[in-house]
Amino acid sequence: MTFPSDNDENSKSNGPAFLQLEKVGKKFGSHTVLDNVSLSLDRGQTMAIIGPSAAGKSVLLKCLAGIYPVDQGNILINGQDISEKQPADQGHWTDKIGMLFQQNALFDSLPIWQNVCFQLIENGTLKRKDARDKAVDLLGLVGLDPDSSKLRPSDLSGGMQKRVGIARAIANDPEILLLDNPTAGLDPVLSNHIENMIETIAKKRMTTVITVTNDMEIARNRYDYLTMMHEGRVYWSGSRNQVETAQNPHLTQMLSGSSQGPIAMRTQNRGQHLVA
Amino acid sequence: MANSLKLPPGPVGTVGQRSVTWVRKNLFNSWFNSLLTLLSIAFVLWIVPPIIEWAFVNSTLTPSIDACRAVTGACWGFINANLRLILFGVYPYDEQWRPLLAMIVLFGVIIASLAGVKYPRMQKLIIPMWVVGIPVIAILMWGGMLGLTYVQNSSWGGLPLTLILSTIGIVFAFPLGLLLALGRQSNMPAIKTLSVVYIEVIRGVPLITVLFMASVMFPLFLPDGVSIDKLLRAQIGIILFTAAYLAEVFRGGLQAVPRGQFEAGDSLGLSYWQSMRLIILPQALRLVIPPTVNSFISMLKDTTLVVIIGLFDLLGAVKLALRSDPAWTRYYVEGYVFAAAIFFLICYSMGRYSAYLEKELRKGERR
Repeated sequence: MTFPSDNDENSKSNGPAFLQLEKVGKKFGSHTVLDNVSLSLDRGQTMAIIGPSAAGKSVLLKCLAGIYPVDQGNILINGQDISEKQPADQGHWTDKIGMLFQQNALFDSLPIWQNVCFQLIENGTLKRKDARDKAVDLLGLVGLDPDSSKLRPSDLSGGMQKRVGIARAIANDPEILLLDNPTAGLDPVLSNHIENMIETIAKKRMTTVITVTNDMEIARNRYDYLTMMHEGRVYWSGSRNQVETAQNPHLTQMLSGSSQGPIAMRTQNRGQHLVA
Repeated sequence: MANSLKLPPGPVGTVGQRSVTWVRKNLFNSWFNSLLTLLSIAFVLWIVPPIIEWAFVNSTLTPSIDACRAVTGACWGFINANLRLILFGVYPYDEQWRPLLAMIVLFGVIIASLAGVKYPRMQKLIIPMWVVGIPVIAILMWGGMLGLTYVQNSSWGGLPLTLILSTIGIVFAFPLGLLLALGRQSNMPAIKTLSVVYIEVIRGVPLITVLFMASVMFPLFLPDGVSIDKLLRAQIGIILFTAAYLAEVFRGGLQAVPRGQFEAGDSLGLSYWQSMRLIILPQALRLVIPPTVNSFISMLKDTTLVVIIGLFDLLGAVKLALRSDPAWTRYYVEGYVFAAAIFFLICYSMGRYSAYLEKELRKGERR
């Protein structure tokens, strides 16, 4: 297995990168979910992570957010190691990280505006009234009208919940934005709108963005870097320009969505008789 | 208009005709349903008229034995004559306005607290009200100050005793149960083991045993001269017992909250207690309202067991009244029906409030 970290153009930047993962490993019991993952990104840079399901993409985001402690390796943010600390100890880091969960994980017991500005109210940054105004602004940014701020998460459709999740993730002006499938379940127009917004946030506020996505068009056209994961390992990582010339069978199969190639469903021959 | 809308056919026929149709369609639509309908009517006719005759038609309210002997129905005179003994137990007769006032205060505080769901402004007042209310009730019941004569709590009894035991029981068992539920889910082995052992041991033992231990065995372990009040021991026994059951109810609720909610809390940098207080518990507790109220109702009824350690709750006071004069003893049915009616009223109110609370808290999340 060749590990194409030499392809990494961004490692050329001066000094250590803003966000660095060094040989990160994570196990659940005896099952390895992340194996030797190394990545680096600077402020304002964006990266899309693609890969088949169960590749470890969501776990990687949760490790970055400090939800799961890593078993091996280091996560450095601005040169500071956060990998060994429990989430409770790194309160100052979670202030700088915004995360959208794959299942949104909105708080069912709270109205939308409190969901969006939850952290800002809790850490005393904003008073409740100001928080409400800010929530309405943020909701406008993701294309939701002010009336929706009074509703509860279960009153909204899946796509609307997703956008509330994005609004919550960017509410505290994070330095690192982690998005788990931000455009899944959204129509193409809205996807485009959301991706524009992410791009603007990254470039104007110099936010580092890491997005897990299953939309290959978005992954290869909208992000500075592309990383391909499979079975907990990084199989390919490089800049947008390098994708065209990449000679990596895993990446080629993933981008084309072909069922023939090195990424095999282990059980794909079982059960064939059911459809034969 | 040429194309006027045609109204859907409305109900046809008179009210009487429609009722007949309804009855045919719903009560006599098959031979089996017809049979069930007839059997039910027969059952109601068999059981209800005698009860009405006994309870109302042939009964008397006159508080004298002679009047009771003269009628064939219920002798409510027994209740009438012994009302104060049944309601207040052996509390000194001239001072019984004090437990009455204490009950009114207790009801006031409870109702004001329950109204907090509807009126958020009340919520800030709930804790202060209890902080003031409990001492007021204690002073009224015990006395010994403000010119009130001292009344030993072994003479407390009747409805106030039942209400105090169950209210204080709920107020303290709730947080204890919550801590035990969180403890059982903890990653810390010592806390987890302690919670599991506590819950399993207490659940494995009948309440009557816990009360008996608290009343008879516990004092044997205390050094000479040290004694803990009997009522307090019973109260603590009830709290410890109910908390174990509530803990399992709450644990069920905690398990029903999706894992993503915990993770979202973590990602926002919330501490464990912040996450619990702001995100997890509001969802978990709402889910377990029905079984929680179930536990409360069952605890209220279980307070009648304190009679075995010599305290006279409402039911105990009824028995006391029956024994007070041998002539009354044969009217035990009336006594128990009266006690049952009071218990039913309280438990049914709790059930209705639980249903209201569920509806009120679910307003935000139509699915």
